[in-house]
Amino acid sequence: MTSAPAPTPTLAMPRIHPGRILIWTVLFIGGVIMVTPLIFMFSTSLKTAGQVYDLRMIPAAPTLDNYIKVLSDGRFLRWFFNSTFIAVAVTLSNVFFDSLVGYTLAKFRFRGRYFVFLAILSTLMIPTEMLVIPWYLMSAEFGWLNSYWGIMFPGMMTAFGTFLMKQFFETVPDDFIEAARIDGLNEFTIWWRIAMPLVTPALSALAIFTFLGNWTAFFWPLIVTTSQELYTLPIGLSSFAVEQAIQWEMIMTGASLATLPTLLVFLLLQRYIVRGVMLAGLKG
Amino acid sequence: MATIALRNLVKSYGKTDVIHGINLDIADGEFVVFVGPSGCGKSTTLRMIAGLEEISGGEILIGNEVVNELDPKRRNIAMVFQNYAIYPHMTVRQNIAFGLYTSPLSREEKDARVTEAATMLGLTALLDRRPAALSGGQRQRVAIGRAMVRDPAAFLFDEPLSNLDAQLRAQMRIEIKRLHQRLGTTIVYVTHDQVEAMTMADRIVVMRDGHILQSGTPTEIYEAPVNVFTAQFIGSPSMNLLPAAEVGGRIVAQSGGPLLVGLRPHDLVAGEGEGAFSISGEVTAVEPLGPETLVHFQTEGRTVIATAPARMVPAIGSTIQASAAAGALYLFDAKTEQAMGRR
Repeated sequence: MTSAPAPTPTLAMPRIHPGRILIWTVLFIGGVIMVTPLIFMFSTSLKTAGQVYDLRMIPAAPTLDNYIKVLSDGRFLRWFFNSTFIAVAVTLSNVFFDSLVGYTLAKFRFRGRYFVFLAILSTLMIPTEMLVIPWYLMSAEFGWLNSYWGIMFPGMMTAFGTFLMKQFFETVPDDFIEAARIDGLNEFTIWWRIAMPLVTPALSALAIFTFLGNWTAFFWPLIVTTSQELYTLPIGLSSFAVEQAIQWEMIMTGASLATLPTLLVFLLLQRYIVRGVMLAGLKG
Repeated sequence: MATIALRNLVKSYGKTDVIHGINLDIADGEFVVFVGPSGCGKSTTLRMIAGLEEISGGEILIGNEVVNELDPKRRNIAMVFQNYAIYPHMTVRQNIAFGLYTSPLSREEKDARVTEAATMLGLTALLDRRPAALSGGQRQRVAIGRAMVRDPAAFLFDEPLSNLDAQLRAQMRIEIKRLHQRLGTTIVYVTHDQVEAMTMADRIVVMRDGHILQSGTPTEIYEAPVNVFTAQFIGSPSMNLLPAAEVGGRIVAQSGGPLLVGLRPHDLVAGEGEGAFSISGEVTAVEPLGPETLVHFQTEGRTVIATAPARMVPAIGSTIQASAAAGALYLFDAKTEQAMGRR
């Protein structure tokens, strides 16, 4: 009896598809393009004023003087606090009100429901630049200019957030809501105890995007504030460019510090951001 | 525990009536099963009893109190849903205890009730798990536990076993029935599965197109269906129906005859030539079930199912004769499809 010779064992080389190499190359180049400005920003923050126009990535004599200067300047800490307070307050407000309205539109049947939804949705089509004048006139009328409330009020509830939350609440089975009704809960408690925990991914996405959007907001806070006490970080940093000459090293130091919370948010909530982007069909 | 009564109950969506003034009295402690095909109005009726659907006309009484205007929470009923409706972000313990969320009982009393329900339903070892870590049957038990702890006047079940596999469904049927025997609470149970209806109910209510066609014990419905629909809906396999006529005092199969003769497959025995009614035809399929074999054959242009002893497996294409004994024939008017008695 004869048997076929056993095949000679060979080292299996993973087969890499050429298309995959192309994708990796494109992604790598994209990654470099994204990261370079950040590295350059951080690099400049470690340079002295005289070295700013020396475009080497690694400074010849790195120094932390700029950080000491910025952090010992009371204004920067104030702006940092303002940005944090405003971003957190607006985020909490959006998470609460957008989801409350989204839940109502998704789970209650009442006359005019579609009209209300369309009215909210239609505001998405109005560009911010067009809204700024009415917002300003309104703020002036109510005495909100140069106040926290003046900065925050246009974003305390958004059409986008309402739309997002409505879409997600529609995926919550009615049986959950009805079971809770039979168990004796009132409508507010059903929303808070039952529906909200079931849309956590959407809430996370909404919270992250709202926080980041408000942290980097520039146009409206610039218009509505005149006092340096109320500046947010982006406005405060831009003031480094106009006071004397443009202090690039100070701007980059402030920007590096301002980037830290967003980096922190990203690192801590990376999973939710990716999931949120996928769920909401958003641009990151 | 409580009685439930429906008085001329109507439900309309716009101008379309989906429940047409039904009347029903459910006794205290009775296990009533609403059965019927999809869209017959059985779930809508249950949801109206629960207070989850507004009623368009008539009255619902729970424990002799008209509850038309009462919110679900004030009706003292508990409901178990098809999709279990147990909250995925809570543990089994929290889910069961949630039935007592608004109860004025003390924490100790609530804990005692949760423990009692968990013990009764065999969930003690699972109390700290989340629903994602449970099987379908365990989830349904949690849903029942949440209903039980409230000690309601009545339980409402909306197709609770539909999402379970056949084996688990059979097991849960027995568990729910045992639970009813132990608690003695009124149960209204909705299903489209006639086996569930037959095996669990004290009384079956057969519905179609928003009407109650027949209400009675499983035996009454099986033995004395009021029309063709009920006769075919209850019993598995479904009752055979053939056009027939009375000739010389005997019922014979006759195309275009004024009667319809109904024969339950278990009453129509293959291979026997004698009986009150005999037919023959060409075998088109056989289904050996172990103790017996179901034989499908073609006669009078219709497929008929008969039962054969287990060892008799006729060949496909062969001709077979089958007959039914006296008393096994259900007669219906061919035009009105209403029952005309047994023969």
